[in-house]
Amino acid sequence: MANWIDALGVEDVANEDVSRFDHQGRTFAIYRSPDDKYYATDGLCTHEKVHLADGLVMDNIIECPKHNGRFDYTNGKAMGAPVCINIKTYPVKVEGGKVFIDIA
Amino acid sequence: MIDTQAARVSVGGGLAGARAIINLRANNHDGPVTLVSEEALLPYDRPPLSKSALTEPEVSYPAWLLDTDIVRSLKAEMRLGTPVSGIDRINRTISLADGSQVAYAKLLLATGAKPRQLNCPGAEKALTLRDFQDAVVLKQRFAAGQRIVIIGGGFIGLELAAAASQRGCHVTLVEAQPRILMRGVPERIADIVRARHEAAGINILTGVGVNSLGEGTVVLANGTVLPADTVIAGVGAVPETRLAEAAGLAIDNGIACDETLRTSDPDIYAAGDCCSFLHQTYGRRLRLEAWRSAQEQAATAAENMLGGNKKHMAVPWFWSDQHDLSLQIAGMPELGPKTVERRPTLESLILFHVAESGQLMGASGIGPGNGIARDIKLAEMLMAKQASPDAAALADPAIQLKSLLKG
Repeated sequence: MANWIDALGVEDVANEDVSRFDHQGRTFAIYRSPDDKYYATDGLCTHEKVHLADGLVMDNIIECPKHNGRFDYTNGKAMGAPVCINIKTYPVKVEGGKVFIDIA
Repeated sequence: MIDTQAARVSVGGGLAGARAIINLRANNHDGPVTLVSEEALLPYDRPPLSKSALTEPEVSYPAWLLDTDIVRSLKAEMRLGTPVSGIDRINRTISLADGSQVAYAKLLLATGAKPRQLNCPGAEKALTLRDFQDAVVLKQRFAAGQRIVIIGGGFIGLELAAAASQRGCHVTLVEAQPRILMRGVPERIADIVRARHEAAGINILTGVGVNSLGEGTVVLANGTVLPADTVIAGVGAVPETRLAEAAGLAIDNGIACDETLRTSDPDIYAAGDCCSFLHQTYGRRLRLEAWRSAQEQAATAAENMLGGNKKHMAVPWFWSDQHDLSLQIAGMPELGPKTVERRPTLESLILFHVAESGQLMGASGIGPGNGIARDIKLAEMLMAKQASPDAAALADPAIQLKSLLKG
């Protein structure tokens, strides 16, 4: 069962950037790619539980603000030291100027 | 032609040693890999030892860098709890304290650093922090109401002061220099750090040395006697070069390496706190005591131990967490005499250090959480490109640094 949550407005995250979204004790990171597509992952780095929303987005890569672990936020793939565990991604849809993520 | 079946050996079980063996495998080395470590524990991460390991309620083991599953998948031989007694460079073997020998084709020295000891009467009474066991001891001492005196206002001393005060201790920090963080941190940022510590109730005394340590006291050079249940010395680290020296390798504030992290012996490399290498961008020798430097140097060394000839050109970067503040410094601030200030928010400050030529040489930032991390990372990327960004744009928080990178 899908569980779509209204997370952000489309303008709450800048182009090629990331914003944090907290929901019922969980934290997510929502990305807007250079080609204006939206993506979502878990909000905390798989390495040491740092908020990825403070990190830097370049193209389709998010870099953790503390230890520079990198993930491809479009598919969650860990891109090298010190991260070796992929990050969970969530389906995203945009409707009526809102970004929804499916956290089921 | 390099023999890819021949043994690669890392001496040292810290971050650099652990990352080196991971990188040897990642670079498709399929010959023997051995890690030799004085410590009996598998390699673990040291940054938490001065932070969360002291403040979190239950920490019964360190944050592992390699666990038994990873070691198995790496097919690495681990010789833990085994000091190395010597290097025979002619026969390319190392001798271990247990009497055994390990042959190498290429050897990495990742022997780290050890805490500098105080030089005053009673110095042996001071505790220091280097390994997990030290952190376990400190944590026991950090009980509410205890009087803790920390000698040294560098990163370790300040992080320990923050941790002790979070545990409810009465903390006094003594620094002989006129201010804290004299080495490598601009005064304005050091002032912010000091104010935050003082707001937490930590007593900071600067410009005064320590005369002696007595029974439950610290006697300062000005005659003040501080009562102390525990005294901790955080007065810097000394590179661990004994093995290298005994083997006749060149030493220059650490094990002297060229741009490729190769020592004066072409079959021996060094990485991490013990490594003093020529940084081509800066045209000088650097020895970096920083987590990311150890990780990056291990990657370069591993590649070069397998026949590579890569120069280590990474922009230095480090961080420190104290209370709710995070401080990050990238590049070489001392090479940028001009300062450009950026205030991303009311509570955060970034100083860019710019050369007379306009080239960005360093960036120092402080703020709550990881709020300044992104701008420091972008500054680092600008520095890697040897960019000379417009000063007005650097100063204007409305202008994204990313746009300067792409410009």
